[in-house]
This record gives sequence, C-alpha cells and structure tokens, in this order.
Amino acid sequence: MNQVISIHPVTRIEGHARIDIHLDESGQVCDARVGIAALRGFEQFVVGRPAEEIPRIVNRICGICPWMHHLAAVKAIDGCFGVRPAPAGHLLRELCQVLAHIHDKILHFFFLAAPDFVLGPGGDYAVRNIMGLVRQEPELAAQVVRMRQLAQMMLERFAGKAIHPVAGVAGGFAKPMREEERQGLLADSRVLLDFASYALDYAKNKVFSRFCDALQSLGTITTGFLGTVGHQGALRLYDGSLRLMHPDGTTVDFPANEYERYLAEQVEPWSSAKMVYARSWGEGFSLDPDAPRGVYRVNTLARINVCDRIATPRAQAELEEFRGRFGRPAQGTLLYHWARLIELVYACERTLELLADERITDPAVRVPATPRAGRGIGHVEAPRGTLIHDYSTDDNGCITRANLIVGTTHNIAPMNLSVRQAAASLISAGAVDDEMLNRIEMAVRAYDP
Amino acid sequence: MRPRLSFEWLHACSGCEIALLNSGELLLDLLDRVEIVHFPLLMDHKYTSRAGGEGEVHLPEAEIGLVSGGVASEEHQAVLRAMRASCRTLVSLGTCATHGGIPALRNQWPIAAALKTVFAGSEGGTAIPDTILAPLDRVYSIDEQVAVDVSLPGCPPRSESIIEMIAALLAGEPFHLPCKSVCETCPTIRTGKGQQKVRRFLANAEYDPEKTVAEMRCLLEQGLLCMGPVTAGGCGGKDAPLCIRARVPCRGCFGPVRQGGNQLLDMLNALASNGMGHRDIVDRRSLLRFSGAHGLLKPLRERK
Repeated sequence: MNQVISIHPVTRIEGHARIDIHLDESGQVCDARVGIAALRGFEQFVVGRPAEEIPRIVNRICGICPWMHHLAAVKAIDGCFGVRPAPAGHLLRELCQVLAHIHDKILHFFFLAAPDFVLGPGGDYAVRNIMGLVRQEPELAAQVVRMRQLAQMMLERFAGKAIHPVAGVAGGFAKPMREEERQGLLADSRVLLDFASYALDYAKNKVFSRFCDALQSLGTITTGFLGTVGHQGALRLYDGSLRLMHPDGTTVDFPANEYERYLAEQVEPWSSAKMVYARSWGEGFSLDPDAPRGVYRVNTLARINVCDRIATPRAQAELEEFRGRFGRPAQGTLLYHWARLIELVYACERTLELLADERITDPAVRVPATPRAGRGIGHVEAPRGTLIHDYSTDDNGCITRANLIVGTTHNIAPMNLSVRQAAASLISAGAVDDEMLNRIEMAVRAYDP
Repeated sequence: MRPRLSFEWLHACSGCEIALLNSGELLLDLLDRVEIVHFPLLMDHKYTSRAGGEGEVHLPEAEIGLVSGGVASEEHQAVLRAMRASCRTLVSLGTCATHGGIPALRNQWPIAAALKTVFAGSEGGTAIPDTILAPLDRVYSIDEQVAVDVSLPGCPPRSESIIEMIAALLAGEPFHLPCKSVCETCPTIRTGKGQQKVRRFLANAEYDPEKTVAEMRCLLEQGLLCMGPVTAGGCGGKDAPLCIRARVPCRGCFGPVRQGGNQLLDMLNALASNGMGHRDIVDRRSLLRFSGAHGLLKPLRERK
C-alpha cells in the first residue's frame, strides 16, 4: 500500500517547512519532498515605494538575518540612484554584516543543530533541544547564550537596532563611529574570537569526532557550489565576485549584476518556493536523484568549497585542515556545520580587521543621493547563502520592479535531494521510527534553511 | 509542575523569537522557571503524529501561549485556532500579530495580483502553486481571528519587555504597556518651530556625532518624516528610541499609540498641527506600513 509519512513542521530550523516521504507498495522510499509554504509577497508590495525606504521594509524578510536583506537592498538602491557610498560608510556596512554573521552561526550551531549531536539523534524530543543542553551542559550553554547576546548587543549599541536594522542608507551609513565606540567593539570582538576558536575546537573534539561516518554520508549528494570570492580567490561575505563551481570542480567567476546569465529560476507545481539552477551549465534543471541537472548549493559549505583561501590566519589554518580531511569540493552535507564554524572564526577575525582600520571612524559616512530612474543589483553572502536583490526605479526614484533571490532558495533543490537520499538510506520495508525521522531532519538542518 | 509555555509563529520572520533569545541572562532565568512544551524554532514537538491525517493540528496544553506573525493562509488559521484552544492565556507577540506588520502591505493588492507578480519570470511558465499556499484574501492580525488576552507590539518587541510580560503573567499580574508615544520617550530638542516641508531621507540628519541624542534637534522639525508622534513608544526602554539612536527617523514599527489608532490619519493630523504640509510625502499609504491589518490597507481598485 502506498503511504506518505509527514514531518510537520520541520523543527529547529529558521523558517517553516514540512517533509513528505512517499513509500511504495513494498515500503521503499519512492519520493521525498521538502515543502516550504510561504507567500510573503515582498516583490509585490515594494512596488511604488520610494527606493530609499526599501532597506527598512525588506529587512522583515528574515528576523535572523535582517542585516543581510537590509544591506543587499542598500547596495541595490545605491545602484538605482547611481551613488557611490562614502568609504567609511562602506566599512561600517561590512562591519555590521560580519557581526551579524556571528550571532547567526552561534544560534544555528548551538541552539538548533548541536542538540542532535550532543544529546544524540535518537534522544527524547522533549530534551533534545537548547533547554536540554542547558540542563546537561549548563556552563557551555550559558556561555553560548551570553556570546550570542554579546554579538547582537554590539550591533544594537552601535547601530540602534540589531533586529530589523535602520542604519544602512542609500549613499552610506546613518551615523559615524566614534573612537570610544571603536575601542569598545574591539574589546568585545576579541572575546568573540576567543569563543569562536573554543567553539570550533569543542565541535571538532567532542562533537564531529563522534559522527565521522554521518558527516560523510547522511544526506550526502553530489552538486556544484556557489559563493563569493575577493582578491586572489579569498572568501568574502560582504562583496566580491560570484563564483560558480561545477560538480567536477571547475569554476567560473562573474559579477553579481550578471546573475541572470548564469542562474535561472523555475516554479515547481508542488513547491511554493521557486527553485534556482545553474543556467550556464546548459543542462537544464532536474531533481532526478540518479542524475540531477543544474543543481548547486550555497551557504557555508559552498563558500568554503569555492574559495581558494581565507585572508585571516586562524580561519585559513582551519580551511587547510578541512581540505586535508575532506578534499575540495567536499560534498558531505553535515560538513555544513564544520564549515559554519570556520566561517564563525573568519567573521570574528574580519571584525577585528575592520575595527583596526582607522578610516572606519571617518565622520563622512554618507554621500547624499538623488532619486532617478535606474536599476540596481545588490548582493551579499547571507548566512544561508548568496542573497541577490534586484530593483528598478522610475524617474521619481520609486520601485517599479523587484526580484529577490534569497539564500535558502538556491538550496531548495539540493535539500530535496538530500532528504530523498537520507530517507532512502534509512527507511526500508516501511519500517520507520522517530530516530530515523530526526536523522532525515538533520539533513535539512545542515542547510540551516 | 512548572508553568508551561507554548510558542508559535505564523506569517512571521522569526525576529520576535530572536528578540526573546537576545535577552541573554534573563532567558536563562526564564528557562529555569518554566517548561516549554511547543516551540518550532527550538524544539521538536510536531503538529501531528507521523500517521496523523491532514488538517488536524494537535498542540499540548499550556498556561501561556505566544503567537508571532499575522494570519495569511488557511494553515495559519488552523494553527492559531489550535493555539487558542490549548492555551489558557494567549499573547499576540510583535506588530505582525497585533497590527499585521510589514507583510500586511500585501493588503494593498488583490491576492491574485500578488501571486502573479511573485511567480512571474520563471523559466517553467507561470505555474502558481496556489493549492499548496491556500492564501487568505488578505493578511489579518491575530485579534481579527481569535480572542487575544495580551498584546505586545514591536518589530521586534523589546527583549526585556517580552521577559517582563511573561513574568507578570506567571505571577498572575496584569501586564500593560505604558500608553506613551515614541515622541514622549524621545529626548531630542524640540523648539516648536521646524521645517514646513517634509523631505525624503536622502541625506543624513544634522547633528554632531560627538554629542548625545539629547543634544540633537528633533528629526521631524528637521523636515524628516518621523512617525514618533503617532507610534507606540517603548522600543528603547528608559533610553532614547532605537532608530533615533541611529539618527534615523521612526517609521512606526510599534503600531499606533492606542490599539484602535490609525497611523496614517493620526500622522497627517500631527503634520498639520506642526504646520507641515503632507503633499510632499511620496507614498502616503506607507504610513500604514506596520498597521495595515484590521481592514486599514485595501486594494487600490476598491478606492475609486
């Protein structure tokens, strides 16, 4: 008898999703789908609004990564109005962006993902969570809660709002950084870097070492990757060229404003989320698990795979160790977690670099902008992957058209493949238990959707 | 037995939940005092057992339920009704839940138009997965759908306010926000004589960055559209409002000062009483950008 097993909602992820696993008459997995049901309509309701207001509206796409949407939009509006941001404004934007990555990575690894590893994938659901972690490892959990809060409060102290920010503006930034603020942020950033190094060591020694097989096998698929690189192929989160890597490891670099030449979107009737695929490979799009076409991944593992190096020393050492163990590109889906913690180290080191740059306290933070007709494409690497905001404006500088490709959208197709792979390898002859279902969810959690 | 808390998010962004997590030590104290029985962001309680059918949402009983986000689909309705049925006290958390929030900007268009725009430009044609979405005709606030016991607006609400509210409810005490506007909590200098024209925020406000917010001229008097007069205060606690600290004008994210207020009409009145014209405002209906539920924002076609 055909049967559908549903996981609804997928939990400990940063949005709304469900999984439906289809079993055939013999109880084998014949299909599995991750459904993301949400219609927010941002592309509709930004139309007609003054463009300079957009960064304060689209940040509401995500309360976990509002800085990413805020800054991708700010960059795109710079483009619409043809304004080049003031150098200090540019630095302040990047500072806020990398700081916002820090709380996000701590949240994802420790609050959402770690309970599966520390408390076990088959543990009681009532304790397999951050509350259970607080009881089992109170000192670690308290430290995690405090460090996440510290990263958020650094943003709030300097930029007013940490959640749904307002300080990024067309032409630069709304306020300069005083020397006293810089010193305070420097001291806090050193604390965060120490914690990041500790967190990665903890994960390597106490977490990943117990899951060596799963790291390489659970939900593992073979895909291409997309990320952002800067000078000499260095990992970048705030700006740079997009780099698309084919599953065979070959790469092509292109500026974000040419994204439509390399990527295409497709609607599947069973998913409310659009799928994106690699148009430039010329093979179309298919989710056939035996021969997927056009599928690439984004987010931490993708960025760690596409970059040639990391320009900060501790993260570079970690990258070398990672590559030594898993090769390039690494395809293991749970390796997203490892890559996430390498990026946490990078984000802390980059914060210190930016704060050490004396130009960051220059009081000239904004170049006035003039509304005009134009088109602007802004991109950043959000925690969940490459984020592209594309707007057009009319003569009065109001939005006429918007296209947004958010990080998770790129990963919808590969998440479906990973869930199918995990389900097929775990379920046989219709036998299902709660631990199997949680392991299937772990394949989704790795993508941090 | 510890008091039980249940959390849900509907047409939401998770900012309210992150605001709760941002409370740090206060969060650790709270976790020590309560049992969380349902919270999709943080724990694995599901709507149905895996053999369960469609449409049925089963939620555990709780003393306090907190719901963020507005109501935009049939699934949101089902989850919200289950929350109402299972929670003794129901809290609408954040401005989407209390007034529709940013997603209620969608209410300016018929749902068919929004679907067409969002799913346009796809390589596979214009297939719209509308059966999966089951969207409602518009975005509703929570109190338009079920009875609400306590409302805590904010986009997001202040972390400390969320904790204080939960603590008050646990102690059986009433929780009320002070009925103050953002202006009443703002320390900037007001002289009563300001610019008569409203300008777009295309250049920064005038202020000395080495001086405090209290030494800065009121942004509305500088000619920037600041919605402080018509917006519920409290975002900054005892200190200056958060956007003002960033030297940026308020856009109204805590909703109207009084529950039934209309931020658009109230702001036009506020401008008039300050001797400022409203003709220079581009996109006036944006004044309802956080409070478009309750039928305040409607499709343009209906406004002949």
